[in-house]
Parts: sequence; C-alpha cells; structure tokens
Amino acid sequence: MTETAARTEQVRRADGIVLRFAGDSGDGMQLTGDRFTSASALFGNDLATLPEFPAEIRAPAGTLAGVSSFQVHISDHDITTPGDAPTVLVAMNPAALRSDLPLLTPGGTVIVNSDAFGERNLGKAGYDSNPLTDGSLDGYTLVTAPMTDLTKRACADLGVKPRDAERSKNFFALGLVSWLYSRPVEPTVDWIDGKFAGRDTVVAANKAAFAAGHAFGETAELGASRLMVNPAELAPGTYTNINGNTALSWGLIAASQQAGIPLFLGSYPITPASDILHELARHKNFGVRTLQAEDEIAAVGAALGAAYGGHIGVTTTSGPGMALKAETVGLAVSLEVPLVVIDIQRGGPSTGLPTKTEAADLLMAMYGRHGEAPLPIVAAQSPSDCFFAAIEAVRLAVEHRTPVILLSDGYLANSSEPWRVPDVEQLDSIAVNFASKPNHVNDEGEAVFWPFRRDERLVRPWAIPGTTGLMHRIGGIEKSDGSGNISYEPDNHQAMVRLRAERIALIAHHIPPAEAVGDPDAAVAAVSWGSTWGAVTGARRRLEAAGHRLAHIHLRHLNPLPANLGELLSSFERVVVPEMNTGQLCRMLRAEYLIDAKSVTKVSGQPFTAAELTEAFWTEIAAAEDQP
Amino acid sequence: MTDAPTTTRKDWATDQEVRWCPGCGDYSILTAVQLLMPELGVRREDTVFVSGIGCAARFPYYMNTYGLHAIHGRSPAVATGLAMARGDLHVWVVGGDGDMMSIGGNHLIHALRRNVNLNILLFNNQIYGLTKGQYSPTSERGKVTKSTPHGSVEQPFNAVSLALGAEASFVARTHDMDRGHMQEMFRRAHDHPGAALVEVFQNCNVFNDGAFAALTKRDARDSMLIDLRHGEPVRFGADGEFGVVIENGRARVVSVAEAGIDALVVHDETDADPSVAFALSRLANTNDVPTPIGVFRAVERSEYGSSVTSQIAASQSSAGPGDLHKLLHSRPTWQVA
Repeated sequence: MTETAARTEQVRRADGIVLRFAGDSGDGMQLTGDRFTSASALFGNDLATLPEFPAEIRAPAGTLAGVSSFQVHISDHDITTPGDAPTVLVAMNPAALRSDLPLLTPGGTVIVNSDAFGERNLGKAGYDSNPLTDGSLDGYTLVTAPMTDLTKRACADLGVKPRDAERSKNFFALGLVSWLYSRPVEPTVDWIDGKFAGRDTVVAANKAAFAAGHAFGETAELGASRLMVNPAELAPGTYTNINGNTALSWGLIAASQQAGIPLFLGSYPITPASDILHELARHKNFGVRTLQAEDEIAAVGAALGAAYGGHIGVTTTSGPGMALKAETVGLAVSLEVPLVVIDIQRGGPSTGLPTKTEAADLLMAMYGRHGEAPLPIVAAQSPSDCFFAAIEAVRLAVEHRTPVILLSDGYLANSSEPWRVPDVEQLDSIAVNFASKPNHVNDEGEAVFWPFRRDERLVRPWAIPGTTGLMHRIGGIEKSDGSGNISYEPDNHQAMVRLRAERIALIAHHIPPAEAVGDPDAAVAAVSWGSTWGAVTGARRRLEAAGHRLAHIHLRHLNPLPANLGELLSSFERVVVPEMNTGQLCRMLRAEYLIDAKSVTKVSGQPFTAAELTEAFWTEIAAAEDQP
Repeated sequence: MTDAPTTTRKDWATDQEVRWCPGCGDYSILTAVQLLMPELGVRREDTVFVSGIGCAARFPYYMNTYGLHAIHGRSPAVATGLAMARGDLHVWVVGGDGDMMSIGGNHLIHALRRNVNLNILLFNNQIYGLTKGQYSPTSERGKVTKSTPHGSVEQPFNAVSLALGAEASFVARTHDMDRGHMQEMFRRAHDHPGAALVEVFQNCNVFNDGAFAALTKRDARDSMLIDLRHGEPVRFGADGEFGVVIENGRARVVSVAEAGIDALVVHDETDADPSVAFALSRLANTNDVPTPIGVFRAVERSEYGSSVTSQIAASQSSAGPGDLHKLLHSRPTWQVA
C-alpha cells in the first residue's frame, strides 16, 4: 500500500485500507462493519467485505469463542478481495485483540476500547498482563479510547439507563473510525434515524455515542493516524452495495420476470442460506411464493411440485440440506422438469463450520445422486455476480427442462461489494414455451400428447396441469422415450440413460466458450471456479504489475464444461487450479482432459487471499521459466 | 377454469394395464374413484393425482388426468408445492400406510396442519406390499411378518387419531368393501376446502389377507362398524341397539336399552374442539372391536394456498405489482459519472 503525504488538513492519502472490527458477539460488530461499509460505498470507494461470526448466537461474554469480526477493504481502485490482512484492527475487548491481532499487518493500527481491559476480561482472554501497557503492542500504532465510559457520559443527560447507554459503544467506535478515515457522517446519522424510528432514547443514545467518538478523534489529537481513501474510478453508472445472498434473491426475481412465470421457493432454514428465504419472503408483490417447509426434503419436494405446475421451482440450502435433497433431485432428473437447487456451501462434512466458507460440494453436485443422474452446475464468482448466476441457473433449468445446481458459498453469501445496477431492459428473456397441443399421432391416427417426445436439443415438452387435452402421467419409474409410459425394457433403459447424459452434454453448445483473460499466451494458466475468482484476479493483477505473465480461465459452468475448454487448456504448459476444497475441480479436469493440472487448496474456512495465490502462481511461473 | 364437459367412467380411465394383484382392495377403490369423478363436475385437465411409492402409489397411472408418481413418502410435500402454486387445480394424493405414515409421516402431518387444499387417500392395509410383506406402522402388536418373525413389539398408529392430533380440518374413514360409502367420503373430501384425509381400510389379499374382515364382511358390518352421521346420536347394530356415550372425555360403547337414547353422544363433525372426535377415534385400536367410520371432523379453517395468494394480492395492492428496476434501486445508491 502506498501512502502519500497529502498536506491538506494533514490527512494522508492511502489507496486502500483493510479495517477489521472485532468484539464480543453482543457488541454489534457486524452492524458496525456494515455501517462503515455503507458509508464507504456511498462515498464512492470500491470495497469488499468479509463478515466472520461464531456459529453460537451468544457465546459466553468476553471469551475467545464469542469473538465476532467484520473485515472491510476500501479502496480508491477496483478490488476483488477483502484484503490479505487488516491494516487497522478495532478491538472492543481483550478476547477480540487476542484472537485477531495475529491477522494484523505488522505496524498496523490497533484501536481498542480501554475500558474493556480490566483484570476479569484479560483473564477470560488468557492474558497474564495487560497488552495495552506491557509493551507487547509496541510494534503497532495504538489508539486507546475509554469507549464505554465516554459513551455513558455522552448519554448521561438523555434519560438513558447506564446499562442501555453502554450498548451504544459500538457507535462510539464507528464515530471514531469515521473521523479517522474521513467517512461522511450523514449516512450513519440518517440510518440511525430510520432504523430506530419510534424509539427516541435509542436514537438519541446511538447518535450521541457516534458524535462522541467522532469528537474524540479530533480532541485526542489523533491526526497523525488519519487516512483518506479517495473514491474509486469505476465504470459510470448507478451503484448499490450488495451481498451475495441478496443479489442471488434478486436474480431469482429477475429470472421470474424474464421468464414471465411466478417464482416458488421451498426452503428450510440453514446457515448460510437462510437470508435468501428471508429476502424472497419480503417480495410477495412480485408474485413470489415462499414455503418454509418442515424439512429439507419437503422444501425441494414442494419446489418440484410447483415446477410441475408451471412455476420456477427453487430450493435453497447448504451442504447438509443438499445431502437430504439428493433423492428428489434425482427424481427431477428422471422427470426432466425445471428445478433450481441452490447450495450456499459451508465447511463440512456434517455440521462442520456452519458460518465459515468452503467450496467442497462440487463433486457432490456432480455425482451425489444414485444412478446416472447428470445435471448442469453453475457457480457464482462474486457477491454481485450471484444475481447473474441465479438468472443463468433458471435459464438452463427452464429452457432445458432439467434440475440445475447453483453453487455459491458462505463467503459470497455475506460479503458485499459495490454493484453497478444493470439496466433491466437489457436482461435476456427466458423462453418457457409451455406445450399447448398434441405432438404425436398414434397407431389409430389420433393426435395424442407424448410427454417424452424430444426436440432437437433432446428437450421434452413442459405440459402443465390445466392444459386442455394434454393429460399425462410421469414418474420416477423408467419410462419409454416418447410416450412416457412405464417401461422396464432393457434397451429402453440403456437408451434413456444415454439420452439423459447426452441432453445435458449438449448444453455445452448453449453456454459461452471458456476464455483466458490476462495473458492468453502465458505459459501458466490458473483455472478457477466460484468465489476463488476474486483472489485469483487480485493475484493476477499483482503478477502483471510485477511484469509476470498469467492466464486466468474462470469457469461459470462446471457441468457441462465449455466445449472449447480441453483445447484451451492444452495450449498452456502448466495449469494450476486453486480451490477451497482438496482438489475437486482439478480432479475433474485431469479425468476429463488427461492434463497434469496442479491443485492448490485451502480448507481453513477462510477464502484465499490474493497474496497466497500470488505466491502459488509465482511458483508455477518460475518453474515454467526454468523449463524452456 | 373451463366448464367441465359431461364425462363417464371411461373418460377417467387410462389405457394402461392395471398391475395390482388379482383380488387387491385397490381395484374397488379405483373403481369408486373413476365412477365418482364424472359426478364432481370437474375437468380431467384440472385434476392431478400425486403419489409416492408403494402399491397404492401406482394409482395415478390409471387415472386419465394429470399424474405425478414421485418418490417414497414425499407426495404430500410435492403436492403442497403444486397446490400452493396452482390453486385452480384439484389435487389428490394417494398412498399407503408405509408411504404416508412411516417414511412420509412428517410431510403428512405438516400438510394437514397447514391445511393445504389436498384430498389425501390413505390406503391402510397394515402391511408393506410392494416390498413383499414387512410390518408397517399400522400393523398390530404381535404381527408376524418377514421382518418381525417373533411378532411386532411396536405400538401401531391409529391414522384417524394421528390426523386429528395433527390439526387436520377434515378426517374420515371408509373401507374397500363399500363403494357407496367410499364415494361419499371421497366426495366430501373433494368438497372440503383444505386438507382432507380419508383413511381407507384396504385388504391386501397377498400379504395381509382379511385384516379387516371382522369389520367389513357383509354380515359383520352392522355390529362392527359404527357409522358416524353428523347431527345424529352415534349408534349401531342391526336395530341400532348399541350406542356410544362420552364419559370424562372417553368414548364407551353402551346398550341403548340400558343407557337410553338421550345419553348417546350426538355426532358433531363441525365441533371446533377435536376432543370428542379424538375420543371416538380411540374406540378402536384393533380390528376386532366396533370401529367408527364416516366423517370424524369437518371444520372450516383458512386454506393454506389461498392464504398465501391473499398475502400476494394484498402486497400487490399496497406496494403495487413488482417493479424490477425499483427493486434493484431499493437500497442506497450512488452515481459514478
């Protein structure tokens, strides 16, 4: 990071800051981070966030297990990750300091609530001595503020009980960092007014705490720590700050509009997917029906039932729910009905790491059903891209009459970034084409409807109940191609298994070809999927800035793979595949194309940083240079 | 929905060969349904039969309507989505005791609780047929089957009690030996707005033959079946010589001559409180004592799909129909020139 001394008001300029708010689960760190992010977005920075919170709702106060953090990277240029390491850490108690200090850049800034560093809290965090006074923070710029006390004083004349006043100390912290990093105050003040409307004392306390924090920065002569990050130069347009789950929800609504048929969501609450259910339940005026089902199986079953009735049937879940839905997804493969199954991946197996990210469900999406049951798989690459990935998943499902699995992950779900709002007039329409008349003449010369008579893409008609004359029966039992009648004939089953595979494989002709960005003539290509796109892009830019060459192929479609991928990959000396699993895409590419792809993996519950991938790619680039 | 043309039984039958075992009770249920449908005044196109897995679940293949043969236990869930999405359809769910009360028990109780507009026909034969003779959740204690060679040690479900406990708004019971009674119960289920559960005592002549014979054979019915009729005292027997009284919340069979007609409980299927209906359902937990059939409960309660549709309509009239452009700009935005 370059810091230039801009002499105006003695505020130095930085091209970016990575700020991490850390505190107890009850300290409101997610909200504080979210507010700082919103103010920065409205100010015009580019940004990316990484919320991190424990699975427990409220772990014992003051303990390491209860630390909740929110990292935000703000920048004056286009960025794709929440930053390699925080440059500023706001620690509301000793546990937060102890748990998150190791992440901080050497020499970074530590802002602490000194009131929380009493003996009891120090003990809970495992400190033998007070790090604020024992010299252990000498390598950092330390800013201490008695946030609790100053918040209580600020609220003293407002008729707020001291205990309630103390709850506003996160707004003190927000006020202080807003001053330090020159954030506009209006968005936060307006937000407090709106959020707590009707609760006058809460509004007054939060505003007073925010103002007190802001004033503290000025009066405590912290000017030397001030930094300014200018707005980023982004493509012209209207922007909004959006996280992955919201973008995905809006994408589903958009797809429903583009298809002209209603959206139906069957879902069972599960972290980190529940926010999609919450968001869609709010938008009934779009004709959206949401069912909070009795379990994961009912959720996908109801979505399938709605799809059979002519709606866009969607179910949302995470890994454990995917396992439960597998049989119904197999039914949808057999029925050849549109169904969108959305997996917001988290750390597994089993309950695993519910609030942490991972991308280890790819092979489950590929193969996790009994029998030969292929289906298309689409993955989102960034928080805002979840919007377009959702539309693509619906398009494939509806136009190709197939269940589609859409993979997102916990990082994309909760992370946010500025999004240039698309022009809704420019969105592609989705062709539904319900069947309306018989499509076959039987031996008696009568016009009849054959539910499994296919078109040139091997797609069968979608005849919904209520359509005159097209009554038919379909089911999970093997059926005759064409008539759809039950058939146990050996040759028919073999033909149907192959038809089901072929029709999914043919989708490769209805998706864009794979493309190498960066330097397509480089010796080394990085192949990524899902949220790893951001870190790979960040790493590629660093390597390019240092004069190195790297090609980057990002896969939106994991099944079928783009038709040109094998040829494209064969043009590189080395192929490296970074994944948040133990090498699942790499295994697929090696099996499919017989190439010696190399796997780079991370399964810590954290996304890759650009720094980690820069190093990994550099190793490959250096090796390629050594091998003329 | 278009007006229904006049149809006959033949119009409701498919060209598919019916593949139940000869003598199976399912045949008489199928006949009852196919004969009833022309009388309901509905179009075949607007009718959907949904099923899970099991012998009973083959039912949709034999009805010339829309049909969806799903997977084991999940038919109430699949049908819930269909009925929510398409309030214009008549959705029937057909399944057996294993399908609906074992693997699919959770979906059944929640469909009943939500009061989704479904006509659920539960073919209870107290055995697993398609998997060739294992005990089911309605098999009696001591039942010897392939999977219980020393006799079942499990307490069976009473389907009517289960449905009443699951807040069902319509619960009835009938049996496969009385087409007229079946048709009356199915018609009532069709007419009921919301989830209607009809338990059908059905004979599996291969794996559990005669399970209900003590109740349903022609010369036993008068004394063994208690025909519930709304608004009438609950009594049975060739000359109505037996009746049912409710004492301390419990149902008990009495001699009308001894107890007096005024002591008998007058059946009220519309009672908001299901306690009496539940007490009546507890009269019989085995197939060798007088067992009530008929409509236990038929109360009006808001139907699920139409409640959801009403919320959508209310939202559209207050917020206006969905505007995608507006949605995408609904959070704070800023301009980059």
